[in-house]
Amino acid sequence: MAKVLMKGNEALGEGAVRAGCRYFFGYPITPQSELPHYLAKRMPEVGGLYLQSESETAAANMVFGAAGAGARVMTSSSGPGISLMQEGISYIAGAELPCVIVNMIRGGPGLGNIAPAQSDYFQAVKGGGHGDYRLICLAPASVQEIIDLMQDAFDLADKYRNPVMLLADGVLGQMMEPVELGEEKIAEAPEKPWAATGRKKGGPKRLINSLYIVPEECEKHNIKLAQKYDTIRRNEQRWEEYRVDDATMILVAFGTCARICKAVVDSARNEGMAVGLIRPITVWPYPTDVITRVREKAEQFLVVEMNMGQMIEDVKLAVEGMRPVHFYGRSGGMMPVARDVFGEVKKLYNGGAA
Amino acid sequence: MKKVFTRPKALADIPFHYCPGCTHGIVHRLVAEVIDEMGMYERALGVAPVGCSVFIYNYLDIDMYQAAHGRAPAVGTGIKRVLPDRLVFTYQGDGDAAAIGTGELVHAAARGEKITVIFINNAVYAMTGGQMAPTTLLGQKTTTTPFGREGEINGLPVKVCEMLAPLDGSAYLARVSVHNPKNVNAAKKAIRKAFEVQMRGDGFTMVEVLSSCPTNWGLSPLEALKWLEEKMIPYYPLGEYKTPAEVNG
Repeated sequence: MAKVLMKGNEALGEGAVRAGCRYFFGYPITPQSELPHYLAKRMPEVGGLYLQSESETAAANMVFGAAGAGARVMTSSSGPGISLMQEGISYIAGAELPCVIVNMIRGGPGLGNIAPAQSDYFQAVKGGGHGDYRLICLAPASVQEIIDLMQDAFDLADKYRNPVMLLADGVLGQMMEPVELGEEKIAEAPEKPWAATGRKKGGPKRLINSLYIVPEECEKHNIKLAQKYDTIRRNEQRWEEYRVDDATMILVAFGTCARICKAVVDSARNEGMAVGLIRPITVWPYPTDVITRVREKAEQFLVVEMNMGQMIEDVKLAVEGMRPVHFYGRSGGMMPVARDVFGEVKKLYNGGAA
Repeated sequence: MKKVFTRPKALADIPFHYCPGCTHGIVHRLVAEVIDEMGMYERALGVAPVGCSVFIYNYLDIDMYQAAHGRAPAVGTGIKRVLPDRLVFTYQGDGDAAAIGTGELVHAAARGEKITVIFINNAVYAMTGGQMAPTTLLGQKTTTTPFGREGEINGLPVKVCEMLAPLDGSAYLARVSVHNPKNVNAAKKAIRKAFEVQMRGDGFTMVEVLSSCPTNWGLSPLEALKWLEEKMIPYYPLGEYKTPAEVNG
């Protein structure tokens, strides 16, 4: 099939529609506007619903209701709006409802700005809202990967009855790239016998709930969730390795940063330096397995992020103190420049000398 | 012998946990009876947000949702948009609907969301220990207005039916009370009307039920019903505040 040129934000929408999502609830915020614009037009074409809510708080709770009713449903926002959704996301995680949430991360904290950032990493991968829960977090690095991961996002959400967050930034949202859409097979949402759709004759009562008033029962619920998260950790780690095999220095970066780092790896290789890149595709579960494997050969790690150092904590946990883990970051909506990252690589590679 | 009363099918055979003199039990039963009488047992979905009455999700023997504090109209919106032929209702207290969830309530009404809010107004936050609610009357003593609510300091009570009536999306709004059998019967009629208007697709519907909370009012159950009649009804007049033309009469 011929490739088509698509914006990242539109790809999120088309990917969701092709994954069988028929309900979108959201509130306007920059820099993800093209996604709601796209779905406001596209959803009616496939018999779906685009509904603009009165706030992100309400949007997350509309998602809660629609997911409990058995639909494939999504919402989308950026930093400040995602913060407002945290209440609903915690309830969604507690009630084990499948849904997809897109965070087109912008500069923070507070109102920050609308420029691309990765500063919501902690919020996404460490829980975000109240209580002991996890989101499955996917971090695409191209428009094609956005299309592909949207299908996986809905499938993972349904498979584990867990909210899935897609983490991207304004660069990926605004960027146009040629994509292969594949056959337009519209996926159907799977059967969900647990969904509360009305009592069936002789069937059990269904309750969509996150309240366990008796501590013994709430602990049981938490243990059950923890076991699910362990299964996800074992089965769903995803990453890309780039020129890693003989590398003595490993860059670790996700999303937009990883694209910059790929160019840096090539520059380093051209100058004879054994540098490789690990690009986490799932940032939760964190691809700890590959870090554990490469730390045998690699002498040092350099984590590159569009924040002041968040994912580096997960790299350090995986490295377990066996190798030095360095950091290079830009923040507040500023992007790392390949030349500067390369400068950092050269300095570290040469034992600290510039 | 003629059977004059039976537990409705939609009401589970579980003892209520409510305090003596609390009227939640009456309203739960009315909702269950109307569900039965309308033949909606298999198509009714309820949303129970935070408050004393959250456990209505156990007491009603239908599929239920438990929602965050104040967010029930948003959750109900999500459900109804996915399952438009179901009867979707929320059961919310005054703190839930008129304070923390005002945004969700007003905008569900503004959108003409085809759901029904059963709004329990007992002029107090009950579950958390009798604090001032948005509907607490002026002069009323609560644990956070120990000298009585003062307008200058605490603001004025919110009249929710009156607030929603001007919105074009609201189709049926009524304020009822359950302080005596006559009014209990009227409350049931209003709930039935609201559910019927919802199922006809006319828009947003709400029944505000003036209810008693003897525990937090510091009154006996009988005194509480009297207080409701003498103090609450004058400030919160009973009646229908919005009806679609066809429902009138």
